[in-house]
Amino acid sequence: MTISRRTLLGAGAGLGAGMLSACGSNTGRGSGGSGGVRLAQWYHQYGEPGTEQAVERYAAAYGKAHVTVQWRPGNYDQQTAAALLTDSGPDVFEVNGPSLDQIQGGQVEDLTALLDGVRDDFNPAVLAPKTYRGKVYGIPQTIDMQMLYYRRSMLRDAGVRAPRTLDELVAAARTLTSSKVKGLFLGNDGGAGVLGGTPLYAAGLSLVTDDGKAGFDDPAAARTLGKLHRLYADKSLLLGAPADWSDPSALLQGLTAMQWSGLWALPQVQKELGDDFGVLPFPADGPAGRPAVPVGAYGAAVSARSRHKEAAKEYVKWLWVERTDDQEDFALGYGFHIPARISLARRAGKLKSGAAADAVRFATEHGHAQPLLWTPAAQAAYQDALSRIIKDGASPEGELRGVVRKVSAELERVRHTS
Amino acid sequence: MRRGRTFWFWVFVGPFAAGLALFTYVPLLWSVGLSFFDAHNTVTPTRFVGLDNYTAMLRDGAFTGSLRTFLVFTAFIVPVTFALSLALALMVNRVRRARAFFRSVFFLPAACSYVVAALIWKMSLFNGVRFGLANTVLGWFGADPVAWLSTTDPPWYWLVIVTVRLWLQAGFYMILFLAGLQRIDPVLYEAAAVDGARPGWTVLRNITLPQLRGTSVAVALLLVINAFQAFDEFYNLLSNAQGYPPYARPPLVYLYYTALGQGQNLGLGSAGAVLLALIIAIVTVGQARWLRLGRSEADG
Repeated sequence: MTISRRTLLGAGAGLGAGMLSACGSNTGRGSGGSGGVRLAQWYHQYGEPGTEQAVERYAAAYGKAHVTVQWRPGNYDQQTAAALLTDSGPDVFEVNGPSLDQIQGGQVEDLTALLDGVRDDFNPAVLAPKTYRGKVYGIPQTIDMQMLYYRRSMLRDAGVRAPRTLDELVAAARTLTSSKVKGLFLGNDGGAGVLGGTPLYAAGLSLVTDDGKAGFDDPAAARTLGKLHRLYADKSLLLGAPADWSDPSALLQGLTAMQWSGLWALPQVQKELGDDFGVLPFPADGPAGRPAVPVGAYGAAVSARSRHKEAAKEYVKWLWVERTDDQEDFALGYGFHIPARISLARRAGKLKSGAAADAVRFATEHGHAQPLLWTPAAQAAYQDALSRIIKDGASPEGELRGVVRKVSAELERVRHTS
Repeated sequence: MRRGRTFWFWVFVGPFAAGLALFTYVPLLWSVGLSFFDAHNTVTPTRFVGLDNYTAMLRDGAFTGSLRTFLVFTAFIVPVTFALSLALALMVNRVRRARAFFRSVFFLPAACSYVVAALIWKMSLFNGVRFGLANTVLGWFGADPVAWLSTTDPPWYWLVIVTVRLWLQAGFYMILFLAGLQRIDPVLYEAAAVDGARPGWTVLRNITLPQLRGTSVAVALLLVINAFQAFDEFYNLLSNAQGYPPYARPPLVYLYYTALGQGQNLGLGSAGAVLLALIIAIVTVGQARWLRLGRSEADG
């Protein structure tokens, strides 16, 4: 028998994984014996130092159950998706969702009752994608948003004003591009991944309409997405940077004059560039257009397989509804996020001036969260098409026709699932 | 005595067989089962959908496109890796001094992780900015930096993928060829020399290559299977937090996004995996028959 190296490695890895999972099979979920209720709570790995200690501190302060925090590096979405299929998953977990399939599959608990009396205080843009048929399945923890950062000095030297329309952005990126510096950085894939539906919202369209249809079956969509190809064809885009869009390094190292990145990058940009930067929403395009920024929130959810569902819900309510001080600490003490509670966002001192205040304004006035009905299959089809439009110069009309077909089929599927 | 032998057979083989059954055959059959169900976010589905997942997968342009891409990729990478590793083996076999040194040097990359190599290729050798190694070299000749992994026209990303794959794999197959070369009876070469065959091309074609037949067949088979199972270096070179671009996407990477991650369409993903396994099986069996694997040299 011939064993290829990869088979051997695979077998080794399999064994290793088996042993690791054997070692790690203590998921923190206790036996629930005499010592009171034990809950396991999962977080994905936040990059900012102090966050892990903070969430452990919050959990330790809870009196009614013993909560064990698990900090999970790696592909968190895959890990939770797999864990929810088993009995050894978490009781309480944060999730970039929950997804529609998780809700329809009955994998997460209905948390509507937890928000009694305070539902209006949660930012409606990020609460909406966690709400299905009026019921809430995740309590938003903090809001993240993305925007366009630009170097004031570079724009001034090139005689370019901060772009207010997509056409101005295309022109500015071209003018700012030289042999050493590129005009704009939208991620190493040319923007197909990170922009997503943002250009559509900037054209006055949407991913999914309120009545559950594809929201970009419109000539304006093709027109707007075609302009993104212009950026690529002009060679104004930075591609293949060592750090991708989520990291502000490309902007800080002077590889690009403008960069799309997250609010989380703001403290670092501020520290390194001082006043030499500004922020913008994705600029409007066309007569019906308006600026747009994507917003999203990790939400706290309760697994339907938890053995202590009521206790888990009570804990979620305590931490993510009642403990407003902890919520504010979590949002602004380590990384840089907007609190999901409107009242907290208003009173946060760090968000009252400068670029941070701009960001909060963009999120409030121009924020769009990915709709719950926008399934991963729809996203994959759209992203493939966007990549072909941007990089291959594929016809936007033709590509979008295919996506509309696929997305309509997906919307049909989820409508028929209970 | 006989009972004792049976007992010891199971003591030694049993744990392995149990592991194989539990961790390989059960999941395999389970996956085949899942492929006939609507299995969104569940491994115990209840809604039987017959062959729907298979028709959906075969009608999915992204999946069939990736199969086509990988047929082309296989047709290219298999002969190239084969030729390169054979050439390395012949050279290393001929050197008189420091043979062990050269053998180790060429074999060493095989010990490197695909992930690590992919990251080095992506971040330092072939990054898109002016201080990447490849772009620095281009810069000496006054050329503009190239975004190797992001440019689709011309498709520079294949250069990155093919070089990292060759670097990682050639050494391993070189060792297989070396083992084959060392099994060739030197008497054959001596006889050829007596008969007046000049060393070089004639000897290579008439003695070395026919004698390496068994090794060559095995290497070709392994290379084909490896090409269809491509995942690691592709995923690490081209994926980002938002997904994977629609080019150079191996079938396994596509299935990974369909079945795992947020997709969690395990039925559809399983159907694709079964289709892929069938293709690999057909190609391998066909190739083995064609190359007459397993027959001894004398039969041929």
